[in-house]
Amino acid sequence: MALSQKDLLGLRGVSAADISEILNTADLMKVILASNNKKTPHLQGKTILTVFYENSTRTRLSFELASKYMGGVAANMSASGSSVAKGETLVDTARTLDRMASDVLILRHPMTGAPHLMAKHVKASVINAGDGTNEHPTQALLDMFTMKEKLGGISGLQVAIVGDVTHSRVARSNLWGLTTMGARVTFAGPSTLLPPELEAAGCRVTECVDDAVREADVVMGLRIQLERQQKGLFPSVREYHKFFGLTPERVALAKKGALVMHPGPMNRGVEISSIVADGESSQGQYQSVIDEQVTNGVAVRMALLFLLTRRNG
Amino acid sequence: MKTLIENGTLVTPDGLRKGNLLIEDEKIAAIFFGSSDSPNGGTGDIDVFDASGLLVSPGLIDLHCHLREPGFEYKEDIASGMRAAAHGGFTSVCCMANTHPVNDTAAVTEFIKMKARRECEKTAVRVYPIGAATKGLKGEELTEMGELKEAGIVAVSDDGKSVVKAGRMRLVLSYARHFGLPVITHPEDLDLVGGGVMNEGYWSTVFGMPGTTRTAEESIIARDCMLAELESAHLHVAHVSTAGGADVVRWFKARGARVTAETAPHYLYATDAWVGGADGLSYDVNTRVNPPLRTEKDTQALIEALKDGTIDCIATDHAPHHADDKNVEFALAASGISGFETALGVCWTALVVPGHMTPEQMLRKMTRDPARVFALPGGSLETGAPADVALIDPAGEWIVDVAEFFSKGKNNPFHGKKLTGKVVATYVGGKCVYRGSRP
Repeated sequence: MALSQKDLLGLRGVSAADISEILNTADLMKVILASNNKKTPHLQGKTILTVFYENSTRTRLSFELASKYMGGVAANMSASGSSVAKGETLVDTARTLDRMASDVLILRHPMTGAPHLMAKHVKASVINAGDGTNEHPTQALLDMFTMKEKLGGISGLQVAIVGDVTHSRVARSNLWGLTTMGARVTFAGPSTLLPPELEAAGCRVTECVDDAVREADVVMGLRIQLERQQKGLFPSVREYHKFFGLTPERVALAKKGALVMHPGPMNRGVEISSIVADGESSQGQYQSVIDEQVTNGVAVRMALLFLLTRRNG
Repeated sequence: MKTLIENGTLVTPDGLRKGNLLIEDEKIAAIFFGSSDSPNGGTGDIDVFDASGLLVSPGLIDLHCHLREPGFEYKEDIASGMRAAAHGGFTSVCCMANTHPVNDTAAVTEFIKMKARRECEKTAVRVYPIGAATKGLKGEELTEMGELKEAGIVAVSDDGKSVVKAGRMRLVLSYARHFGLPVITHPEDLDLVGGGVMNEGYWSTVFGMPGTTRTAEESIIARDCMLAELESAHLHVAHVSTAGGADVVRWFKARGARVTAETAPHYLYATDAWVGGADGLSYDVNTRVNPPLRTEKDTQALIEALKDGTIDCIATDHAPHHADDKNVEFALAASGISGFETALGVCWTALVVPGHMTPEQMLRKMTRDPARVFALPGGSLETGAPADVALIDPAGEWIVDVAEFFSKGKNNPFHGKKLTGKVVATYVGGKCVYRGSRP
């Protein structure tokens, strides 16, 4: 068991074999997570650093817990309160962290390509935990793991991804991962939040959410950043919810038993109604797996850390 | 001291002709076509350059470069910039005003000319400063264009940014016309650019980067062309990078507006797909340039616009940067390409090799035509003219290696790429300012 690459900078260009390897390994990790004794020696003697230039709850904690459950040493660095605030460049920070005998550096950064730059300057493996408006590969991996777990596979699934696609790294990572694994992806959202020429990347794009959701196996809402309203990208939260939100009526258009997913944190009543977010519809039309995604996030990150450090020997 | 450049192919207004060129006292003393009536070296001190297999071209003329001095000598200084220009076959260059302090007073212009003159002892590339259009490039108060012209500027420009207010741009055009100065517009609507760092399109979507729409460039070209028409002023459009931008210029030229335009070598060859680096999965900061690299469709349209005369000339927009300004996140990286030393090779590879233009058509866009745009001396091989000459190996294939640049700026996206067409020697005023080996 090993990956063919040193880093995980994105899912674009990652082979189906590597994705399968991570997802299959995560099956085992989930068993460990569910057990009474969440302790394995897979990361013994390994040092994992989370380096976050942006805020995070679940991504950062799940990486940290994944490391600790497997016996690794986990530490974290935030941009505020570090030498970054003193003007240190990313490359200098990366080299400094690398020289502290770290095995894996996990970077979240507000600018696209930052993990790629870091990876060029360090010996450690680099995992992209979200860069600018580009990718968030471990989120897509945990999304795919959840789909596979709940629906038995990924190939052939119809996945509707709804919301602010332009700025979403979750959307891009899912696009690359899901299409590699044989799913069909449809994006929907207001025209102000859809990036140009997206169809050419091998997916369907519509400005009508109902069209995207109809007959979907999976309906995924994307987080809308409320400050985008001030930039004129949508007029109001109220109107956004009415025309582009995941409401019970809209989600009911999906295939019976469809999964409802969201990467979190949610804006309830904006991109998703609470009633949709919180559970199953009475007739079993859809099921929210948003809480399950969080647990799966830990399992997938355990699998990834194990496979990357194993590769490095 | 005489120099005889013999057995070469001379690039003349009438096409390519085999012949010899005799240089004497800084000037072209004689041109001999064919081999029969070659001068014998005659008596005395004569340096003979065997140019067999080479093109003997007028020295290249660049209307748009950044020499960075005063203020940013860590990126480039006038001396290193002149050496790099000579290495690229350039004998005359026009340097932009966005130095520190800005070239918005005669004193700064005099300083640049003094530094260039001092360097002339070693490298004699002719440097023509461009003055700021507004004080401090702030887009508000006009500069003392009259005094700047007396000091030696050949045009005014706030290059690096547009004059944001249309009313101010109108005044710039009107006042510059009075002094016979062309106004160079850097067309870019910053509100439309937003946070864009590369061309908006398929590749910005794939790479997950904020894009810059072509409309940001085209709308300001249209605005400034209209204002130039209104004021009967000469507007020169810098670095046209889009098909639509060329269309706008074409339309205004047809209306009789005094509009000229340039594009840069990289817009004729490289595209936004290059942002992803060689593997398409990384981010090559050396592709960060403003305006951004566009699409294949644009490169093709720009080539057509060069051929039909819509775009008058090719200018490098040589923009050297220090590695520290580039070895950062893509969105933080300085924009610009250190382009003197790849300009000829890129244009040859993009235009001549595929047959879009003949060698003489292409070279005219880098010699005679830019000279005409700013009414600069030079640009053609004529008896009695200053001996500004570039010797070019048209078949020379070479791999770009930025380590071989004379420029301090090693920021160039063609690094590692194979180009055809190489400058072998450069003469300014009869003096050899660069001589390299043939590839």
